[in-house]
Amino acid sequence: MRKHVSHNDNQEVVISITKLYKSFEENQVLRGIDLELYKGENLVVLGRSGTGKSVLIKIIVGLLKPDKGTVKVFDKEVDKLDKKELMQLRLKLGFLFQHSALYDSMTIRENLEFPLVRNKRNISRVELDESVSEVLEAVGLSDTINQLPSELSGGQQKRIGLARTLIMKPDIIFYDEPTAGLDPLTSGEINDLINEVQEKYKTSSIIITHDLTCAKDTGDRIFMMMNGKFVRHGDFEKVFDTSDETIRGFFDYNFIQ
Amino acid sequence: MDTTSSQPAKYLVSRNVDGFFAGISDVAKFIAQFFKEAFTPPYEYQEVIKQCYNVGYKSLSLITLTAFITGIVFTKHSRPALADFGATSWLPSLIGVAIIKALAPLITGLICAGKVGSQIGAELGSMRVTEQIDAMEVSAVNPFKFLVVTRVLACTFMIPLLVIYSGFIGLFGSFLNVHANEQTSLVTFIHGAFVKINFSEIMSSLVRSLIFGFTIGIIGCYKGYTTTQGTEGVGRAANVSVVIIMFLLFIEEMIIVQFMNWINPGM
Repeated sequence: MRKHVSHNDNQEVVISITKLYKSFEENQVLRGIDLELYKGENLVVLGRSGTGKSVLIKIIVGLLKPDKGTVKVFDKEVDKLDKKELMQLRLKLGFLFQHSALYDSMTIRENLEFPLVRNKRNISRVELDESVSEVLEAVGLSDTINQLPSELSGGQQKRIGLARTLIMKPDIIFYDEPTAGLDPLTSGEINDLINEVQEKYKTSSIIITHDLTCAKDTGDRIFMMMNGKFVRHGDFEKVFDTSDETIRGFFDYNFIQ
Repeated sequence: MDTTSSQPAKYLVSRNVDGFFAGISDVAKFIAQFFKEAFTPPYEYQEVIKQCYNVGYKSLSLITLTAFITGIVFTKHSRPALADFGATSWLPSLIGVAIIKALAPLITGLICAGKVGSQIGAELGSMRVTEQIDAMEVSAVNPFKFLVVTRVLACTFMIPLLVIYSGFIGLFGSFLNVHANEQTSLVTFIHGAFVKINFSEIMSSLVRSLIFGFTIGIIGCYKGYTTTQGTEGVGRAANVSVVIIMFLLFIEEMIIVQFMNWINPGM
């Protein structure tokens, strides 16, 4: 487990969210979210399924539009950016999807080369090979380079998804349920990998999860989300040092059962 | 593209009528975006070639079989009617007109609607629901250019070539039947088949097949790219793509034939 970092007032804010609201038809998903992500920290958003965690990070990367509120990434208001500016901003962002979202008709090499080739049109074959080898080594899956995503296990697919994110050398990485559907040992490996990536590449991260082990192992700060709002935040011990039955229930289910 | 836009709570006429016109408006925007992205660099040449292979080469066996059978069957059914008037020598001309002016574009279009349109709808739909399209977007790649533009261009380029190919295969099937029954030589058959067809009629068929190809590509891509509601949505995208494409092909066929007759009454 990595040593968690605490932030001070002088630390650079890379993401700033103020009074964010989002609904789908009658369903109010986010109800006034305020959040700041500091440079170099791992921030965990914890909560039950369907509370709006994934919607939050999809709004941050511009996949969804907010109804109200502001989302600033590197001081740029995401909602106000034109298509070209949004593309430029996304070069600094990485996103690991819940089900990895690997391109299933492409080999692992093609998956990894895909964003690089399209964003650096003049990149040489040698540079491509070096980048692919580096990220595959970082996730410990160098021998899968010519395989198809369907030939890999769920945990391996997550690692390749992370490698595809790392190949663009992002400043901020979003992890959407990185351990969902994985056995405890593989989940532990993914948690270690998240920490290794943070230390090696000095990234800032938002980790969406309902897995308390993942939250405890990776998070510097935990934000507990319920019904589209943050109800508690702080380090892991502080968040669960409460008599609130719902939050205690969440803790007990993960660690006692 | 934000695929989660919510339905309006109040309807101008009714949910279905409003939905129909909203759908037409969305398709129009989709087509406008296609033309904008198609003429803006960078261009995905390699992907276009790959899609041309998928659309064209991989449809060859199906087109060959259906065109060949159509040629033979149409000839067999036409012979008795001409024989009653002692006009079996006109059989190659009748077949030539029928296949080149009508059957080759329409049959090729319908077969490709089933094979290519459903394949594109299912493929893009599956990519949408498994977040592969979102993954492209967040890695600063334009998924519309990579997925939609390449497939629509491939359909628009390849369907006319398949129409020409199916026309020749249909005529070949017909020739075999005519040769077996009337001992007509290949040269006589070809001369007879093309004697009643002029250049503008061949161009009319090609223009039609170009429009058919664009229709197959754009509707397949639209239904797939805007898929919602998981695996059920993928199945629906594939199914609805085929139904809409076939419906549009018949309407386009009717409009184009009327238009060509209007500008060239001798056709």
